Amino acid sequence: MKTGIVVFPGTWSDRDCAHAVSEVLGQPARYVDHREDSLDDLELVILPGGFSYGDYLRCGAIARFAPVMEAVTAFANRGGLVLGICNGFQILQEARLLPGALLRNASCEFRCEWVNLRVEQSESAFTLDCRPGQLLRIPISHGEGNFFADPQTLETIEGNGQVVFRYCAPDGRVTNDANPNGSLRNIAGIANARGNVVGMMPHPERACEALLGSVDGLEVFRSAIHALRRVAV
Amino acid sequence: MAVALRRAQLEAVALNPDEYRAIVHALGRDPNDLELGMFGALWSEHCAYKTSKALLRQLPTEGPHVLQGPGENAGAVDIGDGLAVVFKIESHNHPSAIEPYQGAATGVGGILRDVFAMGARPAAILDALRFGPLDSGHNRHLFHGVVAGIGGYGNCFGCPTVGGEVYFDAGYADNPIVNAMCVGIVAHDRLRRASADRAGDVVLLVGADTGRDGIHGATFASVEMDERSAERRPAVQVGNPFLEKLLCDACLRLNELAGVTAIQDLGAAGLTSAASELAHRGRRGIDLDVERVSRREQGMTPYDVMLSESQERMLVVVRPDAEAAARQVFDHFELHADRIGTVKAGGRIRVRERGTLVADLPLKALVDGVPLRSPPAAFPDKQPAPVMPAIEEPEAVLLDLIASPNLRSRRPIYRTYDHQVQDNTVFGPGFDAALLRVPGTNRALALTTDGNPWYVALDPYEGTKAAVAEAARNIVCTGARPIAVTNCLNFGNPERPAVFGQLQESVRGLADACRALELPVVSGNVSLYNETSERNIPPTPVIGMVGLLDDLSKRCPAGLQEDGDLVFLLGETREELAGSEYLRLLGAPAEGRPPMVNLEMERRLQAAVLDSITRGVLRCAHDVSDGGLLIALAESALFGGRGLRCPGIVGPVSREALFFGESLGRVIVSVTPRRVPELQRLMANRHIPLQAIGVVGGDDFQVGPDIRVPMDMLRRAWETGF
Repeated sequence: MKTGIVVFPGTWSDRDCAHAVSEVLGQPARYVDHREDSLDDLELVILPGGFSYGDYLRCGAIARFAPVMEAVTAFANRGGLVLGICNGFQILQEARLLPGALLRNASCEFRCEWVNLRVEQSESAFTLDCRPGQLLRIPISHGEGNFFADPQTLETIEGNGQVVFRYCAPDGRVTNDANPNGSLRNIAGIANARGNVVGMMPHPERACEALLGSVDGLEVFRSAIHALRRVAV
Repeated sequence: MAVALRRAQLEAVALNPDEYRAIVHALGRDPNDLELGMFGALWSEHCAYKTSKALLRQLPTEGPHVLQGPGENAGAVDIGDGLAVVFKIESHNHPSAIEPYQGAATGVGGILRDVFAMGARPAAILDALRFGPLDSGHNRHLFHGVVAGIGGYGNCFGCPTVGGEVYFDAGYADNPIVNAMCVGIVAHDRLRRASADRAGDVVLLVGADTGRDGIHGATFASVEMDERSAERRPAVQVGNPFLEKLLCDACLRLNELAGVTAIQDLGAAGLTSAASELAHRGRRGIDLDVERVSRREQGMTPYDVMLSESQERMLVVVRPDAEAAARQVFDHFELHADRIGTVKAGGRIRVRERGTLVADLPLKALVDGVPLRSPPAAFPDKQPAPVMPAIEEPEAVLLDLIASPNLRSRRPIYRTYDHQVQDNTVFGPGFDAALLRVPGTNRALALTTDGNPWYVALDPYEGTKAAVAEAARNIVCTGARPIAVTNCLNFGNPERPAVFGQLQESVRGLADACRALELPVVSGNVSLYNETSERNIPPTPVIGMVGLLDDLSKRCPAGLQEDGDLVFLLGETREELAGSEYLRLLGAPAEGRPPMVNLEMERRLQAAVLDSITRGVLRCAHDVSDGGLLIALAESALFGGRGLRCPGIVGPVSREALFFGESLGRVIVSVTPRRVPELQRLMANRHIPLQAIGVVGGDDFQVGPDIRVPMDMLRRAWETGF
């Protein structure tokens, strides 16, 4: 799985993603500079977390104009696998590769804590290894992760099964208490209609080693490996 | 010019007539306005340590593993595998009192730069905070602003905030304490000293443009505050963590290049301090051309440029033939760099504007020449012990205590900080010490800050010793061994004899404790004049400590792990209640002798605990500190999410002191029953008293017949928000 990890000015999960992909999973990975315009050598592109361009305007609003985003769009349209984590999710929405928007957390505060996610579908490239209803323990770390979409869009993504993860209680129930940021219907991650592009607010790369508290994030990366093998077959 | 005529000017730069005379003597003439401003900044208490320097000489600063002691941007200690830990703590109290968000944010920014200037990648931030009680709107404003500022900067920069502490006390109303510690990691051969030792090298100013913000911030930090301090809001800088991250990445990349002589951050006293210290450390001189400095606004004078404290700027000194390579690095990160000067032979700093020499000063006088002050010290008589009211309802006291502002869970604060980025946080905030994996190794660093303000207020010598001992104990409880210390000494106005007496005693306690525990002090900072409208803060030394765990599999958590495990108290409980949270809850006056640390016994206790952890005997270990034994037990139960049954705790002291006294040198531990004999033997070997306390399990926190609290009720009390 040749992975490209996109680095915008202000990105900081790039090194964590590289650690998870190459050190923990032993897959080849390289950094992709925001000025690059070709991703032809890659099978998976990760847009990691961070504060691209300081997030001084609106999260992801400037990053989407970076030259690399044209290449990411073309890559996604060709069916390439794209995972946006946190700020990467925000950028994918700004680039219109994923629907909806991420508003300021309902608490109006940054939140860094462990959450439970319920896997809603195992069709996307990043949940192929999971079963629907499976629980994953993965941390969040964001100030703007409050998923929002207009009612029509919301119905579309729900109807198409594009909701990939929901925040839930430890027993799997989707409750208000388990919602860390006010997201509509506890949505923590969504896919595009084709299932090759996924955006999620939680950080799977922080949940790849038991030493750090959980290995559930590996499911996300391993699913991508299997998705690629399936395409190859 | 006569001294009398310049009194107003001297006051503006916070120098006294004697200091002015010393300047004239060193120059052989009167300084011009710019030169006087430069002296004012570098001779400020903040930069020159003129009141504390003589005291600080007592501190042990050397040790077999010390790679860099005080005097550089930060200290550095060997941690094996060819790596070094680089760390320092610094105050940003005055700016935070005026503009809490930016004050705290730029405090974090400044300490990050100190660490990456040494070539190290910042790996963790810790913050020691003190505020007035939250029933005041102004204190709430300061508290929320500071917490938001720390998070705002650290989160955006991408360095995890893994620990720290916060206390609330009326003594900090209007004068909060904001100390930020940064810890970085670097390979030995990449450790860099900020010394411009080669004449002819090019001086580049990189990062933000220079504005009028923060002019004379160092001076402002060196005078007491009053009702006019709010007018100094323009002296508080504004942070840009995004730019700082680019600057850090660029400096780390530069650190790989040949021909880069030195990297120095611009902090207090801006360009004046950075340029002077760089050149002076290298025993060279420096020529600067202020005209070449990019500015944020028009009409800035050389004075403005030399004394601006605009954030996110670094000086980079390179060989002329390396300038092009350095510029490529800056271009990659889209950073702006101005070539503003040259390193020269001879020890002078010369500042020019459009070819005209506007300042010409000998560096030795400017950097090292300040006359040291030794103001009179006074030592108050020891106070009598407070009268103890007896506890009638220990369960109610326990619940009130654990919900009190100084003991309740800090989660509402630390969950607003990214404490995980970089993927190395093994134990995050909320425990005795944070535990951070050293990337690429099986080792970990244990990190903590400590300083109980009431112990120090009651007895500065004993209180400071206690802070060092507690920090070390916190580190030992994770399984790591303490290796070095940084410190931030926050005190009031040293021109008041009682305050200078506190400082003197506190430094003596710091020195004695560090010597006894064989801990070198490798960096530090002194913040004096924490006085607002003639009210001084309680004396507040903050100890930052780093420990090393050689084998991550030998780490020890603080929470109860397994039902059926047995809980023991190690150490001795004495009749000590003065300075306790319990008395504070009762509203008793702060008087009496604080708990006393016996350093010899402390050493033995810590060695015994470490030994037990290394042998895998302990399942958990937690320091008994603020709030006393029952609070420590309750915390361990809450950390581990397990109940605890204690059939009845007895001891040779009053029930109050047994339950809520804060005798130092105590640790609670849990062990699986079959390892109890081993624990007993290990403690007996070092003559450490050991007392069986209870059994892990059940849904309640239960102590004797009087206390039985369901765990969820205990948790609700603990999780009282701010």
